[in-house]
Amino acid sequence: MNSLKIKKGTSKHSAYDLRDPNSEIIETHTLAVIVTNESGVLARVIGLFSGRGYNIHSLTVAEIDHDSNKSRITIVTTGTPQVLTQIKAQLSRMIPVFDVHDLTEEGGTVERELALFSVTGKGNKRVEALRLADIFRANVVDTTLDSFIFELTGTSEKVDAFLDLMRPLGLTEIARTGIAALARGNN
Amino acid sequence: MVRTITGAEIVVQALIDQGVDTIFGYPGGAVLPIYDAIFKQKKIKHILVRHEQGATHAAEGYARSTGKTGVVLVTSGPGATNAVTGMTDALMDSIPLVVLTGQVPTFMIGNDAFQEADTVGITRPCTKHNWLVRDTDKLSEVIHQAFHVAKTGRPGPVLVDIPKDVQFAKGQYTNISKVDRSGYSPRVKGDTDAIISLVNLIETAERPIFYTGGGVINSGLKATKLLRDLADQTNFPVTSTLMGLGAYPASSNQWLGMLGMHGLYEANMAMHGCDLMINVGARFDDRITGRLDAFSPNSKKVHIDIDPSSINKTVNVDVPIIGDIENVLKETLKLWKSRGKKTNKSGVSSWWDTIATWRNKDCLSYKANSQTIKPQYALERLEALTSHRSDRYICTEVGQHQMWAAQYLNFNDPNRWMTSGGLGTMGYGLPASIGVQVAHPSSLVINVAGEASWLMNMQEMGTAIQFNLPVKQFILNNERLGMVRQWQELLHGERYSQSWSEALPDFVKLAEAFGAKGLRCDKPEDVDSTIEEMMAYDGPVIVDCLVEKHENCFPMIASGSAHNEMIMGDSETAGTISSKGAVLV
Repeated sequence: MNSLKIKKGTSKHSAYDLRDPNSEIIETHTLAVIVTNESGVLARVIGLFSGRGYNIHSLTVAEIDHDSNKSRITIVTTGTPQVLTQIKAQLSRMIPVFDVHDLTEEGGTVERELALFSVTGKGNKRVEALRLADIFRANVVDTTLDSFIFELTGTSEKVDAFLDLMRPLGLTEIARTGIAALARGNN
Repeated sequence: MVRTITGAEIVVQALIDQGVDTIFGYPGGAVLPIYDAIFKQKKIKHILVRHEQGATHAAEGYARSTGKTGVVLVTSGPGATNAVTGMTDALMDSIPLVVLTGQVPTFMIGNDAFQEADTVGITRPCTKHNWLVRDTDKLSEVIHQAFHVAKTGRPGPVLVDIPKDVQFAKGQYTNISKVDRSGYSPRVKGDTDAIISLVNLIETAERPIFYTGGGVINSGLKATKLLRDLADQTNFPVTSTLMGLGAYPASSNQWLGMLGMHGLYEANMAMHGCDLMINVGARFDDRITGRLDAFSPNSKKVHIDIDPSSINKTVNVDVPIIGDIENVLKETLKLWKSRGKKTNKSGVSSWWDTIATWRNKDCLSYKANSQTIKPQYALERLEALTSHRSDRYICTEVGQHQMWAAQYLNFNDPNRWMTSGGLGTMGYGLPASIGVQVAHPSSLVINVAGEASWLMNMQEMGTAIQFNLPVKQFILNNERLGMVRQWQELLHGERYSQSWSEALPDFVKLAEAFGAKGLRCDKPEDVDSTIEEMMAYDGPVIVDCLVEKHENCFPMIASGSAHNEMIMGDSETAGTISSKGAVLV
């Protein structure tokens, strides 16, 4: 039998290259997934993303209708258009999933995130932090003589901007909720 | 009417109401109440396997050969984890299974109790859906829902995990008719505009082909009939995936044989050269497409599938039709007939001329040998001596023998071919043949096996003996992991790392030790008499057919190659697998 002679470069593409990140434009979409609020449903959704190699940028979940036992999972994900279509199809065929909305595709979204910032400091830094919080319309929800906790609601970009400003002013801890989103009205 | 009975009795009642007459299982601590309830009734037959993996494959064989749902009952912990391979296999090949597992009592869950495992957690990715039932009142409803989910839409395995205290407790039984099924109802009817587009393409195509898959068989006998009607009346050629064999009769002139990595030359060339590809219930698997950017470059592609996630997953299609095959083919045929049954007759006629030149290549020819049994020869003789049996069922293990069986055995009816396609599970065939024989006690059930695969679940011979199941184990013994050896030869410089089957048992003595009949055959002239003796014996038989040790399986589309770049035989194998192809499986 002949030994193997490898011919280089004969194959440009294979089934394993499908999601080559350089081959197509990566888009960011916000999905709203309405699910039955049952044990393990979040694990199913997350398992789908990790098992099939999809990205999750942000994920929030909470019950939205106690009587009909439904929860809303808001997922911000990225991928090529083909991968995004797959994600929606794969989510849709899960048994506890009622509905999948691609809010980005359905005409844009209103997206908000809530964040809590713990800022420690004295003197000018403390004054500056409070002044900036006022500009960003963040609320002070806890205070001691040398610390604040600010509560800020807004887009992720706004939260990021405030985060950057707080860092040099004694930021010690931050908690973010991830994005909650609704489709905009039809006008 | 609401009745109050124990959870264990609810399980048995729900199975009876679902029409289940056979279950495959293995008892253990956490399912003892259910086994007690089974002991007290006569309607359900329990087949005691020797390993839980065997139970799942037997249930798959049962399901695949009958069109019914296979049912498995195993205990918690190791019982459940041993069933994982079979459930994954069923998920990949869309086989409906309901797997019932025992679980430690609800108050012990999470405490690392004896034989506790997070069964719903472990099986979440390998089932279509699963449930942990904590309330006996909900048990019957969940089991009925489980059967609905397993069989509806794209079929698949489901699992119901039942803690032991839920089995002991009394609860209400809910009849099937009272169960709410609104939560899961996949789309069955195909989009009308898409079906019009398909008919437009059928009417004008010059080089059409039907590329059919396991979905046709899953859709049912009516779908098979409709496919045959549509293909016969259009005179279009038909090829099929490994899973779809039998949906279209191999005896037809329009049959091109299986396609894909070890498919026939004419089938792959026709896929490459067609101008209309009608995918009916197949999924553009990587074993089918070969190199994607060279896959059927000049065709319009139509894809009929009940699972929307199959559409545009790897291959972008021009006309997607989401729906049940039976419904879509019925509407297509109706519309095409009403518009006058038009096809491009001259185009299709010259397409057949082209296909005839490909067929002349005779891609399944092999070098015969008068001293050594070629595996192809053994299967040709098996076909010649058994094809008259319309009740012949074939199972396989996984590897070279599986591909040869798909190439050399002909299937004229659906549900006659049980093989592990998507997952490629060695050890599938013997337990699957047991499941088939349980469903068809008087039929001829043959498991075409390789010795290495067969050893993986050989303990199930005990099951065959216990239940008087006359399964025929036809082992093509090359004392090698044949497909691994072939890839090492082609890809790894003939360094045969760990691909020998050393210290093999004496299969004839092994058969006798189990209480079965053992036959050995090592000369080509003895093959016929061995097969005849195997068929004549009324009981399980193991045939140890010693075949050529270094035979390779051809034709072959090497990894990273396209359909029109097939290797036809040993002389063409030099330098065929590129560095890029080498990383693929």
